[in-house]
Parts: sequence; structure tokens; C-alpha cells
Amino acid sequence: MKKQAKKHTNDVILESATSFITFIIFLFAVYLFFAGHYTPGGGFIGGLVTASALVLILLAYDIKTLRRILPFDYKWITALGMLIAVLTASGALVFNVPFFTHAHDYFNLPLFGKTSLHTAMLFDLGVYLVVVGVTMTIIQTIGESD
Amino acid sequence: MSVMHGAILLPILISLFIPLLAKRLPNIHTGWFVLVVPVLLVSYFSRFLPGTMSGKTFTARMPWIPSLGIDFVTYLDGLGLLFALLITGIGTLVVLYSIFYLDAKKEALGTFYVYLLMFMTAMLGVVLSDNMIVLYLFWELTSISSFLLIAYWYERERSRYGAQKSMLITVFGGLAMLGGIAILSTLSGSFSIRETYASLESIQGESFFTVAVVLFLLAAFTKSAQFPFHIWLPDAMEAPTPVSAYLHSATMVKAGLYLVARFSPIFAGESLWFYLVSSVGIFTLFWGSLNAVKQHDLKGILAYSTISQLGLIMSLLGLGAAALHVDALDDGLYTIATVAAIFHLINHATFKGSLFMMAGIVDHETGTRDIRKLGGLAQLMPISMTIAMIGTLSMAGIPPFNGFLSKEMFLTGVLQVSGSDLFHLPSYGWIIPVLAVVGSIFTFVYSLLIVRKTFFGKRQDDQLPKTPHEAPIGMLIPPLVLVSLVVIIGLFPNILSNTLIRPAVEAILPQVVDAGGKIDVHISMWHGFNTELFLTLVIISAGIILYKTLPRWQSLYHRMPRDVSLNHQYDALLRHGEQTSTRIHDTVMTGYMRSYLVYIFGFVVILILTALYGFDAFRFAVDPISSIHAYEIILALVLVSSALSITFARSRLTSIILLGVTGYTVALFFVLFRAPDLALTQLVIETVSVALFLLVFYRLPEISRKEERIPFKLGNALISALVGLTVTLVALASLSQRSFASIAKYYIDNVADLAAGGNMVNVILVDFRGFDTLFEIAVLALAGIGIYTMIKFRRTGGIDK
Repeated sequence: MKKQAKKHTNDVILESATSFITFIIFLFAVYLFFAGHYTPGGGFIGGLVTASALVLILLAYDIKTLRRILPFDYKWITALGMLIAVLTASGALVFNVPFFTHAHDYFNLPLFGKTSLHTAMLFDLGVYLVVVGVTMTIIQTIGESD
Repeated sequence: MSVMHGAILLPILISLFIPLLAKRLPNIHTGWFVLVVPVLLVSYFSRFLPGTMSGKTFTARMPWIPSLGIDFVTYLDGLGLLFALLITGIGTLVVLYSIFYLDAKKEALGTFYVYLLMFMTAMLGVVLSDNMIVLYLFWELTSISSFLLIAYWYERERSRYGAQKSMLITVFGGLAMLGGIAILSTLSGSFSIRETYASLESIQGESFFTVAVVLFLLAAFTKSAQFPFHIWLPDAMEAPTPVSAYLHSATMVKAGLYLVARFSPIFAGESLWFYLVSSVGIFTLFWGSLNAVKQHDLKGILAYSTISQLGLIMSLLGLGAAALHVDALDDGLYTIATVAAIFHLINHATFKGSLFMMAGIVDHETGTRDIRKLGGLAQLMPISMTIAMIGTLSMAGIPPFNGFLSKEMFLTGVLQVSGSDLFHLPSYGWIIPVLAVVGSIFTFVYSLLIVRKTFFGKRQDDQLPKTPHEAPIGMLIPPLVLVSLVVIIGLFPNILSNTLIRPAVEAILPQVVDAGGKIDVHISMWHGFNTELFLTLVIISAGIILYKTLPRWQSLYHRMPRDVSLNHQYDALLRHGEQTSTRIHDTVMTGYMRSYLVYIFGFVVILILTALYGFDAFRFAVDPISSIHAYEIILALVLVSSALSITFARSRLTSIILLGVTGYTVALFFVLFRAPDLALTQLVIETVSVALFLLVFYRLPEISRKEERIPFKLGNALISALVGLTVTLVALASLSQRSFASIAKYYIDNVADLAAGGNMVNVILVDFRGFDTLFEIAVLALAGIGIYTMIKFRRTGGIDK
């Protein structure tokens, strides 16, 4: 198989655009994630959009740069996401209610005011992490292989 | 658990210790330890004799699977006791014989005696079980242990062939019996033979009853080597001679006779039973004796002779069924066939056992069993010769030996029944005595052949691998015991008549006993000048003439074309079976994914279209259809045109882009049909998957990147069109006939109250039906790890670096 030569191009515009667009995308992803319970969005789409922000870094720079910025092993992120999801679901058993029973209530949080907190969000966090982890694992693995 | 259960299971329990004994005490022949078992058993079973003589029966129950009505119930009556005594008695002699026959140094004795003891338990279980499932269990155990014993010298190709043949044929019959048991027990509601007999009135008219008759007879015929299933027996002669003497002359081959006798009370009322049993038996008698004459191997002759004699007994059991169909019970004319069957069964066990042992001695002391090489052994082996003389003369039916008596009774039975007006017999009843007489003549010929060719004539010492001499005394004792029984029974037949024969016959013909008929067994040596005596004289004189002229007509046997021989047919059946299945497999399992997809889609189309048509399920209702807007038409056109273009695209790159177009159009459809979450996800996922496709595309080897159209195949086009049509029809039909209202109302009502959410799709995903999502992310995680491992570990190619 043909070895792809490492690019040493001068992509100043792309790189500088990336450096702030990434944050916008990431914020959008976080918004989608948190808004999911009331408006379109959620863990799945939030995770995919987060991954796309990371892919943008990957395109503008390279895998090593991404690894320096975010020194995660995405397989562990996948595992962490699964763990959070399973623990959230089985946490219900501690309170003697069926598996996967969610609880929610309204709290007065500092800074946010009256807010509803929902264990479904924890589960969604698990989904989010799994999606980010899996997408990045796939892209990194394929990108690194030659 | 009773003593009788213990007696049945004793051999197999002892066999657990046999390998240990064989290994620990190599200086003592293992057979001596084994000998204790049949001796104990024979003395145990003899204690029942007075009981069965007075008509008593003995039962014991051991629960096995009570909830299914399967219990290990033993039932000992005259018939069972007769067989139990045969099994244990001849078993004793065979074990004694094998001690001298098998060399303790050269042979794997532990294995041999384990198999033999296993067989003994199996056989005792067959004859003493009342529960049909237990009977079947032991029946198959006889097949398995017989298989193991035939292939005892497993390094010989012929042994393995014979073992496989006998296994295939007898297990085929055994499975048929299982079917018969299933039918019979369903009809009668019980697995017990006695209870089935008790409810005979209600089940006799059932249409499946005759099927059960045929299935049971298949089992009996295969086990007892009846025509055309007899072909396994001559090949089973590759077994060590003690095995041939025990299994293939005295016990296992009689399991089929036992089965016929045991189920006679139930089935004998059927005319089909009478016809099948007697005609198959009489033809087997004829065919076996005809084929015995052309054999060169001593054991081969004896094998065909066993087939023939088993046919004789089988036919007598069949003719005995006539006793149930006549009113004149008191004259006992028809029960004579059954009496003769039992009598000959005992006689055959005695003389055939001794003859096999004699053949083993000859083989052991001269190194060959080929009668063309043997001859003139009379002076060297006088005792063996005496044994052979008595055995063969009894087999041929010469006075004063027991074979004469049973042959006379056989002829009486044949003449009685074929002369009666039962079952429209007069029209072709004459065939039975003719076949019987011809069979007997050939029996006479091969009996002469055995003795004359082995012990008389010219000695051919140069042909023999060993210098012949008389066998050791231990090897001679068992056959001597058997031939002395032959003589004693021949001279004083009535010692058997009330002790063994009458109780057995009463067990076979309980209807006669119940109706008050008397079974009077009186066997006399001389019964005056009658047709039977005349026929015996005809048999003897014709036999002598045929034997004298043997060289002139023996070549007739070679005239028979090889292709029609049953062995050839059997081999061809196996070969063709294998070839045909290979051919079918090779045709169907092409190894190409596309053929399997054709099968799958083809079946989907056929099944669904047939179901739609058969259940008259196709509907097309217009009312559930909502109005159609221009946007939808435009999007649908884009979707259809891009989908069609994919199939006609020249390059793969075009296909990938067009696939992306369809994906984005679907996302637009989601927008149009107000599914924002789906639209978002679809957009991102479509982008990712198109990117992955491109990645794969750029990694294709150069050679397959050349542009080419998908070649057109009519079959594929047809199937894809049909699949499309089917799915469309199903979609239209199911849309047009909704049975229930949707449950979506519940979600809409409760999304805010129960789940504190506003996005119903997401609430369903994480709350109402979060379980699905949990495993979907598990699928994702697995896919990610799968890709990681496939790529990271592919270079090793399964080999450690």
C-alpha cells in the first residue's frame, strides 16, 4: 500500500480558523447535549458534534497535535461512558425500584437558580462519552494505520 | 431397586472393575474373574423356574422418570426366564471358552470383557423389561456393545466395515422400534407392555396400529437378520469367535425373536403380522440355507445357517399367530407352531453355539477357516470332530438329536397352518411348505459340507499356517457341554416341555390361556408314520443327492449377477447416499455470498407473497393516506433518481457520492416529516459514513479501481424487483389494516409529568425505553473496539511475531 507522505503545507488560514471554530462547535455540542431533554439534541448528537470538532483539529493539524492537546485514550472514554450508563441504570436498584428507574427533582442551585436535575442526564452523559470515544477511536485508528 | 434389578445391572457394574483387574493382575487371565458373573446369574435365575412353571410372574419397580411414566420395571415370566437362562448359561460357557481362546499376552482383555459384560446387561435388560422405553434403551445398548465387539480387532479393515454395517442396520431397526413405541404408547397411554396388552380392545382398531406393527417388525427383522436385513450378520463374523458364538448365534440375534414373541399378544391379532412374520421368516430360511452352501469360510457358512434357522423360528412365531384366529382351541393344533418355535430356539442356541466354538477351535489350531484348505482333521482332532458331527446332524434334523424333533414340529406347524382355511391361505398356502422343504434340503447340504470338508477327505498340511492338533481341554469343555445338551434334549425332550417351553408359550399366547385353552407340550421321538416323517426322508435323500452332485451345480451360484446381490445394493446405497449428498452440497453451497443472498431473498419473496395470497391479506385502503405536498414529490424524485443512478453508475466514486445524496435526502425527509433529532443524527452519520466509504475507496488496490458498470443479470434484476414489490405490498397492506390505536398518546401525555422532559424523542431514548439505548451504545462500543483490534492486530495475520 502506498505510504501517504506527511503533509508540510502552510495552512495558516485553516489553522487559525480552526482554533476558534473548534470552540464554537464544541460549545454547540455542549448546548445540544444539555438541551436534549427539552429541545432537539441529546447525548448522541452532542457526542457526534464534539467528535467533529476534534476531527477538525485533526484535519488542520495532525494526530500528534490532537494527542498533545487532548491526551486521552479514547478507548477508556468509551469504557467510562459505558460504566456511567450502566451505573446510572443500576443505581435505581439501591433505592429498591426497578432497574433503569430515573429520578428527577427541582433544585435551587447557585448561579443557575431553580433548575431541574435528572438522572437521565447522567445516562445521557454516558451515551455522549461512548459516542465521542467510539468515533474518535475509529477515526484515530484508521488515520494512524497505513 | 430389587435383587432382579441388581442381577440385570450386575455385569455392567462389575465391568467397571475389569480394566483395573486386567492391569493389576496380568498373570491371571481376566476371564476367570468375569466367569463369576454369569455363574452367579445363572444360579440366581434358575431359582425362578418353579415359580414360572406354576404360571407365576415376578415384577419389581425402580423409579427412573416417574413423571413421564418411564420406570425401570422388570417383569419375569416364562419367556423372559427362558431368555435369561440362555443369556447367562451360554454366557458362562462363552466366557470359559474365551479364557482359552484369547491370549492374555497379545489381546486387550480388559476391553473385551468390558464390552462382553456390557452386552450381557443389555441383553438381560431387553428380555426382562416391561417398560418399552427401558426395553429400547437396552436394545440400543446391545447394538452398541455388539458394534464394539465386532470391531474388537479394530486395526482390521474388514472388522470396521462389519461393525459399521451391523450398527447402521440394527440402529435403523432400533429407531423404527422407537417410532413403534411412540405410536403404541400414545394409543394405549402407557409405556408398559402388560398395560398395553390389557387395553388391547380399545386400541386394536386404530388406524396407526398397523403402522406400529410394521415398525416393530422392522426392529425385529433387522436385529434377527431376516431377509433383506440379514446382510450384516455374515460381515459380523470378523468378531472374535466367542463373540460370534455368543452374540451372533445364541443371544443378540434372538432379541428380534424375543421382540416378536413378547409383542405377539398385542399384535398377533393383526393379519398383517401373521403374513409378514411368517412369509419373511420362511423366505429367510430358504434364502439363508441357499446362500450357506456357496460359502467357503466356516464361520460364513455358520452365519448363513444362523440366518436360515432364525428365519425358521421367525416363521414359526408367525404361524403360531394363527392360534388366535381359530375357534377350535382345545385341539391345540395351532399352538404347535409356537411350541416348535420355542423348542427350536433352545435347540438352535445349543447346537449353533457348539458349532461356532468348534469353528473357533479349528481356526485356532490350524490357522484357517477356509474349507477349501481344510480336510482330514478327523484323526488329529477327534473331539472337535465329534462336536461338529453332533452339532451339524442336529442342525440338519437327523434323529436322535434335538434338531430332528424341532424340525418335525416345524413341518407339522407349517402343514397345519398352510392347510387351514385362515386368511385365504388355500390359494397360495402351498408356497410355505415348499420353501420350508427346500430350505431344509439345503440345510442338510451345508451341514454335510461343514463336517465333510473340515474333518474328512484328504489332509492338506502344506496349505495350513499351523500344524493342526487337538485343542486344550478348557476350550473343549464349553462345546462339549452344549453338544451333550443336544443329545440329552434329543433323547429326553420332555425335560424341557413343562419346565421351559410351556411357560414361555403361555407368555406368547395369553389369549389362548385366557380363553381356557390348554397348552399341552408333549414332544415324542416317534409319532408314527405321517407326512412329516415322509418329508424328512425326502429332505435327507434329496440332500444326499445334492451333496454328491455338488461340484456339478455349484457353479450356478456364480451365474447370479453381482449387481443384484444385497451386499452390492447396500454398498451402492451407502456410496450413492454419500455421492448424492456431496453433489447436493456442492451444488447448493457454492461458497459465493451472492448465491446465498439469492436463496435468502428468494425464500423471503416466496414465503411472504404466498402468505399474503394465502391469508388473503392484501388490502389497499385510501383513507389512512394523508395529503401529499409538492416538497415530498420533489424529494421523492431526487431520492428515486439517485437510488436508480447508483445501480447504473460507472465508477464507484459516483456510487459513493450518490449514496451520500440519498442519505441527505432522507435527512431532508426527516425535516419534512418533523423529526429534528433524526435529521441531525442522519446528517452527521451520513457525513461520517461517506467519509469512511471514501477512505475505503482510496485504499482499494489499483487493479479493482478501474471503472466498470455493474453487469446486468436477469435473475438478480428479477429478484430485486420482486423483493421491492413484496416489501411495497407488505407496507401498503399493513398500513391499510391497522388493528390497534398507537400507544404514542401515552408518551405525549406523560412526557412532562413522569419524565420531566420536553423532547419526547430523547425522553423515550433515555427514560421510557432507555434499556434499548444502553445496548445500542454497547453495540457502538463493540464496533469501535472491533475496528481497533482488526486494524491494530491485522499484520500479525494470526501468527505471533
